[in-house]
Amino acid sequence: MAIEVRIPTILRSYTGGEKAVSADGASLSALIDSLEADHPGIKERLIEDGDLRRFVNIYINDEDVRFLGGLEAELSDGDQVVVLPAVAGGAGNRVERAASF
Amino acid sequence: MLTIDQATFDAIVAHAKRDHPVEACGIVAGPEGSDRAERFVEMVNAAGSPTFYEYDSTDLLALYKEMDQRDEEPVVIYHSHTATEAYPSVTDINLASEPGAHYVLVSTREHGNNDGPVEFRSYRIVDAVVTEEEVTIVPTLTRSES
Repeated sequence: MAIEVRIPTILRSYTGGEKAVSADGASLSALIDSLEADHPGIKERLIEDGDLRRFVNIYINDEDVRFLGGLEAELSDGDQVVVLPAVAGGAGNRVERAASF
Repeated sequence: MLTIDQATFDAIVAHAKRDHPVEACGIVAGPEGSDRAERFVEMVNAAGSPTFYEYDSTDLLALYKEMDQRDEEPVVIYHSHTATEAYPSVTDINLASEPGAHYVLVSTREHGNNDGPVEFRSYRIVDAVVTEEEVTIVPTLTRSES
């Protein structure tokens, strides 16, 4: 099973500069473990305390995984996954470093 | 240094004034690696807040797919502060995730929705380090100014 995962600029240090990599998994959770095996360190940029980071967006076939069951979202051969950091900010000092991407 | 053409500068300022007191946000895209701020894209602040902005996740995906198809990248990422100075907040710094972009901040605190000058400043934000840079406004972008 091969799933293409599009990697944002800020995480390409984990993929040797590659914009897209191949990974496996029947669920998003398994896919992220597969990514981590090939690109150590990437998982903790996506997940915190067992859940997707608040300011990380992951899409399966253009659908935000938050509407597909989050880490439990199912995957099939040929699906396309896109990872994008949120574009967010603002004058309020409410977002701590730990919550960020 | 950020080089920006007058029309794009005016568009960013107009957006900030129009949305005041809510924070306005958007990008200016340009060809990958060119550092040319060519294509102004106004975004909706899904947070609708005077102290926070965030692109809607569906809009975000559409924007990045479009840039990908056009071999573009975000050259400028702008937003407004509506009651404080045009300097990156802790939130701005912690969430900055495009190390190659110019982060533009506009403050509408002085004149709000009305005519009058605004603070317009630009920064690089890399690994939580903020570096302010000069802003040069040109009539139009030419090859030599890229």
